[in-house]
Amino acid sequence: MWPVTHTVAAPAAPTRPDVGGPQVPAGTASAARTAPSSASPVPAPSAERRRARRRRGLREGLLFAALVAPNLAAILVFSYWPTIYNVVLSLMDWDFISPSPVFVGLQNYVDLLQDPEFGTVLANTGVFTAVTVGGTLVGGLGIGYLLSRRLRFAGLTRTMTFAPHMLPGAAVGIVWLFMFDPTYGLSRLAFNAFGADSPQWTTTSDWSLWAITVAYAWQRLGFVAIIYYTAILDLPKDLFEAASLDGAHGWKLFRSMTLPLLSPVTYFLLLTGIITSAQAFDIIAILTSGGPGVSSTTLTWMVYDQAFLRFDIGSSAAAATVLFVILMVVTVLQTRFAERKVHYS
Amino acid sequence: MSAVVTPTAPADAAPTTPAASAGRGAGRGSGRRRSTTTSGPGSAVTRRPLPLTIVQYVLLALVLLLFVVPVYWLFSSAVKPESDIYAWPLRWLPSSLEWSNFAEAWRAAPFDRFFVNSIITTGVGTVLEMGCAILSAYAFAFVRFRFKKAVFVLVLGSLMLPGHVTLLVNYITVGELGWLNTYAGLILPGMGSAFAMFLVYQQMRQVPGELIDAALVDGAGHLRRMLTLVVPLCKPMILTGTLIVLIGKWNDFVWPLIVTSTADMRTLPIGLMFLRSQEGYTNWGSILAGTVMVGLPMLVVFFVAQKRIMGGIAAGALKG
Repeated sequence: MWPVTHTVAAPAAPTRPDVGGPQVPAGTASAARTAPSSASPVPAPSAERRRARRRRGLREGLLFAALVAPNLAAILVFSYWPTIYNVVLSLMDWDFISPSPVFVGLQNYVDLLQDPEFGTVLANTGVFTAVTVGGTLVGGLGIGYLLSRRLRFAGLTRTMTFAPHMLPGAAVGIVWLFMFDPTYGLSRLAFNAFGADSPQWTTTSDWSLWAITVAYAWQRLGFVAIIYYTAILDLPKDLFEAASLDGAHGWKLFRSMTLPLLSPVTYFLLLTGIITSAQAFDIIAILTSGGPGVSSTTLTWMVYDQAFLRFDIGSSAAAATVLFVILMVVTVLQTRFAERKVHYS
Repeated sequence: MSAVVTPTAPADAAPTTPAASAGRGAGRGSGRRRSTTTSGPGSAVTRRPLPLTIVQYVLLALVLLLFVVPVYWLFSSAVKPESDIYAWPLRWLPSSLEWSNFAEAWRAAPFDRFFVNSIITTGVGTVLEMGCAILSAYAFAFVRFRFKKAVFVLVLGSLMLPGHVTLLVNYITVGELGWLNTYAGLILPGMGSAFAMFLVYQQMRQVPGELIDAALVDGAGHLRRMLTLVVPLCKPMILTGTLIVLIGKWNDFVWPLIVTSTADMRTLPIGLMFLRSQEGYTNWGSILAGTVMVGLPMLVVFFVAQKRIMGGIAAGALKG
């Protein structure tokens, strides 16, 4: 993934303390102190110096540890450890109440695979993720491009486009719940315009998955648009001038220049989009709570539902592990792909 | 975006060097509207045919409507009397302003507690996370340590771990610590910082070496250098990071939902969820009033600092 691959090389500062600067006074002072006791005065200073350097390195190391400790501890305890221990829990049978979990091997996974509902949940997750990511990529690119044109009110539109991304998902969920109301919501207005009745978005299994998909895509669209917008403004201007002198305009220019130049951003948005969409939760909780039945249950809702509503810890942990493996595969594939394909700038 | 890592502070660099930075690809998500649009690529085509302009304005209007209408619908309906909400055809303007929806929401659920809880968890949580971010960013940028790169990768690598997978074990951990349904349980698991740390770190690396050397000559130790030199210089990015972290914490949903078990510990988004299940579809006025109370503070923060926020988020995404 980008942040990592890039910044691995980032701490350019030498890790070993260099000689000179503030270190000289310290070294000479201690050398002067110990010089009389030393038999051979020539090698002593350098040994002393090395020791002083080591002492200084130790002091820096301790300072480093102290500064990083709170952050690192929190990350290790609340990010790395749970990811690992979750796999262990997925091999257990537990309900939070009984004194200790019982080891059951892969039974939880076998149960998942034999449960026809789990297939539905996986399919829901796939559809929800694919449609929200695909939809926001296409829509966000269009909106981002539009915002980068010299148009009046583009600034206002940019602000309003991004605003939903700042709202709590719970609030966005309520807004859409109200708009989806088949009797008094905007949905009725929209569907009546085409001579149809509004679907029962959140309460019928044919529509519930689409309800959460639409609401979530709406919230995320502005984020994607702003990233594209920023990236489009960052594109090298001179290339475009040259291309337009060569007679490339409009759609052709967009197809042959803008789109390929944006491909690193597209890969980034695709990757992060899959990872965040596959973990969407608040909008689902407000709009449908995974129902009716499991018609709008994604893996995230299942993880929550199994653990905190049904107290089946092993099953929840197994579902979480499946989610984890899928997301890790996506991450690795995308990183590989991006590394190979993306070398424009 | 590989070679273009020019991590000048996007929130501040853009307004000062609007056109010059365009070619180099410096952060300009926060750039001024006028100057950015004129220097945008494709503006090489200086004159646009009229039909194209019209099409573009129509599309722009549609986009604006797509985002304004739902937000307007929320705010206007929150002050509509019941007869306006349950009306067909729809009423776009409230016939009268019905502020009692807010009082009713407040009566149906302890919104005062929700507010207090949200302010405490967001405030303390943001201070703690930014503290972690600044301290470790300084260590990564200025303190020498042999295994620094490894630790750096470890911290940033946590960005790749899906947070939803950690819920169950974190719940058990917090339970064993005796923190269920407490502020400690709400706040501390979210203390670690990778994204904000990275933002701040990027700007710290831009602090000129001469300044650090000058401070060294003056005999300033690390702590003094950090507090009197580096942190003030990096204030723009620290502020950006703080806002992004703050909004994330205020909006946080699944963790407060799991870790709280009584109404008096719930934060606003969780309170809203319970108000919704309590009032069902029958009392939209008070539910929407509650939604306004939950969402409005973040909208205000966003409108006040929108350039900084959008610039920071875009920088985090594009510079990484």
